Amino acid sequence: MSSTVLFRRGRVIDPRNGVDGVRDVLVRDGKVAEVSEAPLPVPQGAEVVEANGKWVVPGFIDLHVHLREPGEEGKETVLTGCRAAVAGGFTAVVAMPNTKVVNDNGMVTELVLSRARAANLCHVYPAGAITKGLKGEEMAEMGELVSAGCVAITDDGRPVMNAALMRRALQYSTQFDVPIMVHEEDLTLSAGGAMHEGPTSTRLGLRGIPASAEVAMVARDLVLLEETGARLHLAHVSCEGSVRLIREAKRRGLRVTSEVTPHHLILDDRAVGDYDTHAKMAPPLRSNRDVEALREAIADGTVEAIATDHAPHGVLDKLVEFEKGINGIIGLETAFSLTMELVHAGALTAKRAVELLTHGPAKAFGLPGGHLAPGAPADVTVVAPEEEWTVDAHRFYSRSRNTPFHGRKQKGRVVQTWVGGRKVFENGQVGPSKESR
Amino acid sequence: MRHLLGIEGWRRDELEALLDRAKAHLPGGPDTTHVLRGRVVANLFFEDSTRTRTSFHMAAKGLGASVMNWTQTGSSVSKGETLLDTARNIEATGVAAIVMRHKSSGAPHLVAKHVRCAVINAGDGTHEHPSQALLDAFTLRRRWGSLDGRTVLILGDIMHSRVARSNLLCLKALGARVVLCAPPTLTPPGLEAMGAEVTHNLDAVLPQADAVMCLRLQLERQTENFLPSLREYSRLFGLNAAREERMKEGAVVMHPGPINRGVEIAPAVADGPRSVILEQVSNGVAVRRAILEVCAS
Repeated sequence: MSSTVLFRRGRVIDPRNGVDGVRDVLVRDGKVAEVSEAPLPVPQGAEVVEANGKWVVPGFIDLHVHLREPGEEGKETVLTGCRAAVAGGFTAVVAMPNTKVVNDNGMVTELVLSRARAANLCHVYPAGAITKGLKGEEMAEMGELVSAGCVAITDDGRPVMNAALMRRALQYSTQFDVPIMVHEEDLTLSAGGAMHEGPTSTRLGLRGIPASAEVAMVARDLVLLEETGARLHLAHVSCEGSVRLIREAKRRGLRVTSEVTPHHLILDDRAVGDYDTHAKMAPPLRSNRDVEALREAIADGTVEAIATDHAPHGVLDKLVEFEKGINGIIGLETAFSLTMELVHAGALTAKRAVELLTHGPAKAFGLPGGHLAPGAPADVTVVAPEEEWTVDAHRFYSRSRNTPFHGRKQKGRVVQTWVGGRKVFENGQVGPSKESR
Repeated sequence: MRHLLGIEGWRRDELEALLDRAKAHLPGGPDTTHVLRGRVVANLFFEDSTRTRTSFHMAAKGLGASVMNWTQTGSSVSKGETLLDTARNIEATGVAAIVMRHKSSGAPHLVAKHVRCAVINAGDGTHEHPSQALLDAFTLRRRWGSLDGRTVLILGDIMHSRVARSNLLCLKALGARVVLCAPPTLTPPGLEAMGAEVTHNLDAVLPQADAVMCLRLQLERQTENFLPSLREYSRLFGLNAAREERMKEGAVVMHPGPINRGVEIAPAVADGPRSVILEQVSNGVAVRRAILEVCAS
C-alpha cells in the first residue's frame, strides 16, 4: 500500500509559509515530508501527481457548513456533505449545530463525529450551541461540548438577542479559549423582511432588511468582546458597516475574526430579479456598495476567511412564494471557482485567495492544517486555475440543488483533493479507493 | 395570450393601445359578448377583495366568458396545499386565464412560470396592482386627453401600497410627472430611481397637482409604530376641506378604495365636486374587459 505521494512541478501556494512558486511536494505517511524548489527523485512505490500548470495548495477549510444530520437527512447527511466538501476541494468543514436535534450536548457532537469517521472523507469539526435548543434563554454546557470535540460555539441561524446572556457566554468561553461564532441580526430590525432593504426591495414590494439589523449587533458584540476578552467570530458578514467596525476593533487589538461567503462577494440584491428564491438568504444579498466593501475587506486582511454557509434545502422549500421561501443556498462545490472569479477579475491575488480558504480559517479557529510545511497534515488540493466549466447543480455531490449559480460559466476547477495523504477526490469522482482504506 | 403581472415590462405604446381599446368597452359600446364565449376565467383570490373581484367578474361576463370564483376560505389551501398545486389544478380544469390576488409579493410571477394559461395580477402583496393603475390612467386620460405634462400626487402609505407602485410606473410611462408624499417611515428607498419625486410636505406640493390620488391607510400602521397616531397622520397628510380649497382649479381627487373616511380623506372631499372615485369604479369594468381581451383571447 502506497503511502508516499509526490506532487511534481505544481505552483505551490502556501501563504502561511510564504511559498508561491513551482515546487515538488513529497508526502509520506499522511504528512508533508518535503517541499522542494529543485525536482525531487521519485521514491520507490510513490504515487506521482504531475501538477505542471496546476496549483498545489493546502486543503481548503470551511468554517461554516450545515450538514443537516441529525434530523434533516433528506437535505444532506454528514456523508453527502463530506462528498460535496471534497468535491469542492475542502479537506475540513465546521458543522453548524442547528440540526434537529440541536448540537447542544456531547451526545450529538459524538454522533456527528462518528458519522464523519464512517464517511472517512474529510475532517469534520462540530460546532456546539451557545444556548440550549438555540432558544437564546439558557447557556448550553460549553465545557461538555468542547471536551466532546466542538471547535466553536454558536447559535448560527439566529442571534442571541439577550445581551446579558451573550455577555455571559463570552465571559464563560474564555476558560476554554474557543471562539464564539455569531449570526448577527437584530430581529426587531429584520422582522418581516425578505431581502435587503433598498431600491430592489422597493421595486419588488418586499419588506426590506436594513443593513443596521446586522451592523447594530456587530457593534453590540464588539463592545461585549472588549469587556470580556473572549474570542469572537462573525459569521457571514454582509455589509460595509460591519466591515468598518471590524477594522476598527482589530486596530484596537480585539480578538475578532470573520468570514464572508462567496455569494455575498459575487452577487448583490439585484440577483433576486424576478422573485428568485435561490437568491434568498440570511443575511440577505446586499447592495453593490456592500459587495465592494466586502471585496476590499477580504483583500486587505480585515476578514480572514471565505466560508460557504453551505445550507442545503429541498426543492419544495424554494418553489414557493418568495416571502415563504427558506433562507440559504449550498456552496461547497462552487466556492473555489467563485473565489477564482475575483482572482481573474484582479480583485484578489492568488495567494490571498488561497489564504482565505486555508490558513485564514485554520488560524481563526485554531484548526490543524491550512498549510504545507513539513510535518503538517497532508491535506492537499490540486486545482486547475484556468480550466473552464459550467455549474451543473444536477451533478453535485450534495443532496440538495439550491444554488443560484446553476448554469454559470466558471474558470478554475478542483482537480484532486487529498486528506491525510489519501486521495479522496479526482476528476469529478469522490471516494476513497478501496485499496487505500 | 400574455400575462399582466405588473405595469413593469409594458411599453408606453402597449399601455396606450390597451387604454384605447378600453374605450370600446364603456357602457353603450358595441356588443362584446362573443369575445370570450366558451372560455372560462378563474378568479383566484387568496386575499379578501370586493371591488376588484366583482369588477373582473363583471368584465369577464361582459365578454361572454364563464367565471370560476375561487376563494381561499374553505379551500384545499387550508389543508396545506401549495400555491403552485392550487394554480396547476385550476389550470387543469381548462381555464383561459387566472385572475389572481395574493398577499405575497411576486406570487403571480411564480404561478406564471408554471402554468400555460394567462395570469392576470389582481394585486400581489405590496408589489403591484396593474389593473387599478390602468383604470386610474384611463380615468385621467378621459378627462385630460393626454397625461403628458400633468402632475399627479400620490398621497399616503407609499411603502405598503401596490397601487402606488403600479400607478407610479404607469403614469410615468404615459408622460405624467409623479410626486409621492408620505411620512418618512412610509417612504421606502429607491423611489427616485423609479422616476418619482418624493416629499414629506403635502402643503408645499399640493397646489402643483392636477390630480391627488389618496391611498388607503391600514389602521394597524399606528400600532406598528410607523405613525404616532391616526390623528397626527390626518393632520399632516389627510386631504381635508381646507386643503381641497388650495388645490389647482379643475384638479381631481382619486382613491382606490376602500376609504377610511376621516383618516386619509375627509368625507366632504371624497363626495365633493373634485372626486372621481365612483367614476374610477365604473371605468374599472371597461379597462378589465380590455385586459381580459388582450390576455385571454
